[in-house]
Amino acid sequence: MAKKKLRLTVNGHRIEKDVEESMRLLDVLREELFLTGTKEGCGIGECGACTVVLDGKAVNSCMVLALSADGGIVETVEGLGSRSKLHPVQEAFLDHHALQCGFCTPGMLMSAKALLDENSNPSEEEIKEAISGNLCRCTGYVQIVDAIKDAAGRRNNLG
Amino acid sequence: MAENYRRIDALEKVTGQTKFADDLHLPGQLIGKVVRCQQTHARIRSIDISAALAIPGVVTIMLATDLPAHTIWSTYPILTGERVRYQADAIALIAAESEQAAGAAMAEIKVEYEPLPAMLSIEEALQVNAPAIHADSPDNRVAHSHWPVRKGNIETGFAQSDIIMEREYRTSHIEHAYIEPEAVLVTTDWDDSLIVYGSTQNPFNTRRAVATATGYALNKIRVVQQPVGGSFGGKEESMGLIAARAAVLCLQTGRPVKMVYSREESITESAKRHPFRLRYKVGAKKDGRIMAMEAELVDEGGAYNFQAQFMNWRACVHAAGVYRVPHVKVDVYAVHTNRVFGGAMRGYSSPQIIFAQESLMDELAQELRMEPLALRQANFLHEDDATITGQVLTEPVNAEKVTLRALELAGYEQKRQEYQRQNPEAPVVRGIGFATSFRGCGLGAEAPDATGAIITLQEDGSILLRSSLTDMGQGLQTAHAFLVAEELGVSPERIAAKTVDTSAVPEGGMTVASRGTFSGGKPVIQAAAQIKQSLFKVAAQQLKCAAGELVAAEDWIFVGKEPERKISFDEVVSLAFWNGYPLSVTGWFQPEPVEWDHDTGQGKAFPSYTYGCVVADVEINKITGSAIVKQLVSVYDIGRVIHQGAASGQVFGGMAMGMGMALMEEVTFNKGLVSNPNFDKYIIPTAMDMPDAIYDFIESEGNSGTGGAKSLGEAALEPVAAAVANALASAGYRIRTLPALSESLMALINERR
Repeated sequence: MAKKKLRLTVNGHRIEKDVEESMRLLDVLREELFLTGTKEGCGIGECGACTVVLDGKAVNSCMVLALSADGGIVETVEGLGSRSKLHPVQEAFLDHHALQCGFCTPGMLMSAKALLDENSNPSEEEIKEAISGNLCRCTGYVQIVDAIKDAAGRRNNLG
Repeated sequence: MAENYRRIDALEKVTGQTKFADDLHLPGQLIGKVVRCQQTHARIRSIDISAALAIPGVVTIMLATDLPAHTIWSTYPILTGERVRYQADAIALIAAESEQAAGAAMAEIKVEYEPLPAMLSIEEALQVNAPAIHADSPDNRVAHSHWPVRKGNIETGFAQSDIIMEREYRTSHIEHAYIEPEAVLVTTDWDDSLIVYGSTQNPFNTRRAVATATGYALNKIRVVQQPVGGSFGGKEESMGLIAARAAVLCLQTGRPVKMVYSREESITESAKRHPFRLRYKVGAKKDGRIMAMEAELVDEGGAYNFQAQFMNWRACVHAAGVYRVPHVKVDVYAVHTNRVFGGAMRGYSSPQIIFAQESLMDELAQELRMEPLALRQANFLHEDDATITGQVLTEPVNAEKVTLRALELAGYEQKRQEYQRQNPEAPVVRGIGFATSFRGCGLGAEAPDATGAIITLQEDGSILLRSSLTDMGQGLQTAHAFLVAEELGVSPERIAAKTVDTSAVPEGGMTVASRGTFSGGKPVIQAAAQIKQSLFKVAAQQLKCAAGELVAAEDWIFVGKEPERKISFDEVVSLAFWNGYPLSVTGWFQPEPVEWDHDTGQGKAFPSYTYGCVVADVEINKITGSAIVKQLVSVYDIGRVIHQGAASGQVFGGMAMGMGMALMEEVTFNKGLVSNPNFDKYIIPTAMDMPDAIYDFIESEGNSGTGGAKSLGEAALEPVAAAVANALASAGYRIRTLPALSESLMALINERR
């Protein structure tokens, strides 16, 4: 199969890879860059476990052909915050016990990040809508919504 | 109570560093694939793999004839070569260098089938002279799945009744829908043994399946549980199968094999919540006292017998609900069909039973012109009452207490009156209803509830905790770590908890039946207490006091009456280590012996019961037929709360799953083949579906669980669907088959017009 050059900025790092045309952005992240925080749950863009932020928007990376994202800026859970300096939404997930098995968590966090970048003070309805493409079977979403609400407050307090 | 103590696995999970099984990668690993028959019932005439083998990158293809054994326990085939009994039966295994090569090989395997008549429902399978799906079950009834209860005399009970009512209810196949599909990576170790990394709920069962498939002794198979991306009872046998299949490919090729199911494979192969047909006949006095209850509860076991033989026992114990009934006749049994098999799923029959039995209570109340609460109050079990299995309840029985608390939190009485006054002709109507239930904690008389844990103190005062039971996201490691911290008087941050490694901990049975804290905490506390004795001996020498005078708290050990006489935990551990004290202890919980009489269904079923009540407030749109849950209130007596965040997470998760069961979830079939094998058509609740969610826990003293804690994980789901169904009925629409899809509601709405 023909390979083509793919240029991306991933979590602030510029990368260049020769990739097959059939590769999805998800495959490049997981298999070429070993960024396995982004998960595959359904392969058809329904569960949201593979959510990353591409050029400022939350997308299902299983539905994006890698080469179609050429030149794009990609943010994954690994770039959200470091262990010593977590993103406010990560901190809030810890404090609100907003995860159980953790498989949907990276995608959920990236949807929340995209929301908060665009809307610093979302309503509960706006939060629910922003994560409505991220399925979670463990939590019932209540603590996740609380955490995102809290994260917005923390970010605003930081000014 | 550890309100603000963070989960010990959370930092890895929010930073994307947690390695689930599919995130592992070994050099030289092959991709393993399963070829499935996609037939409901057929004989295999021939399999031709020659073209597939010729594809570049295909390393091996294995058929049933290549394996030393073909089935794991309960007859489920790892690979089948003669006859297939449902669509996901595996007929070939492929190991290839890439996904592409494996996929191409799957398409090139040619199989000829001779179709056999397929049984696609309980009724078809039970017809006289129906073809037998398994030769050893000629009437298609699942072996060992019949559990009767006989109490009093059912005829007498009906004769004493002023009113007799019969109803039939049904439930559907429900998918676990864990977001992580099944995944394993199998490799060989230096000593001619196998290592299996997998997303398994029950690593010891997975090991058993690998042993069967490979012929290896158990001590030559090390199953390492990777963090599990949700399970809910689902990653039990299916994980044994995937691990067994990857293991034989690994041994055949001499290379590591990774096998990950697609969502479609996961949904078509894995166990479902058993659909039930629930027939009840109940007799009561005019004042509401129930005199007799007869029930025939039949579940569809599907192609193989996965767990109906155990699950139906739990069903028979809970068949009459949390009520006193003097005369009882219950029969529970399962039947085989050629559809996907039923297995364990959160609740283990109770959500189905409670839906029927609590719907029945409301229907009986209506017949008797009583309020639902008054009818229940006339029948609730209390302390010193006997259950239908003849077990006298000596621990606190809080069925009524949780009910009254839930109704109060929901503003039930006010809403009920308000909704009674609403215009029934309005396009949108509201309803409020509730369900009360109990749940036997742990395995009870089903199987020994034994389990173990190993605690090892390190010389620097840090602590390693290894339980024989698994954390699947419910937070078990966090709960166990808290118990250790509490017993040793140290901060939980000192404790590292490991996932289950079958070569490192003793087999402690399955992590099922909501026993992880209830029973699984006991060996943890026991081991910690034993280590504490050694530490106190050392501390007593240093502080020149008797060990009995000492107290451990806040990382210090001190004389209880003179707290200034103290020594740090770290110093005591270091001294104990350098003086040769045993700082690694295996704790073991051995339960009391149980008694059960199979033929009468009489005996002490469970040591303790969790009591719960859920109130649902719903809105029905009569134009569209759609129902929305506006509010759920859940109240549980769980003895003692160990971690508020984790416990409330169980309740909220249970609400969502119960709502799904009530209103939207159903595996659908087209001629026996699953027609909604992914999340575009199998719909589970999203954040947008969640109602106002309110909960409370009632604590109670004197039960048999770890530190007074009872089961929660399954209880948190069990009454939800029943409560929603009763709320729909209070709005005017009694649904007797779940889920209450808009089509079903619309049919009832049109019937009324």
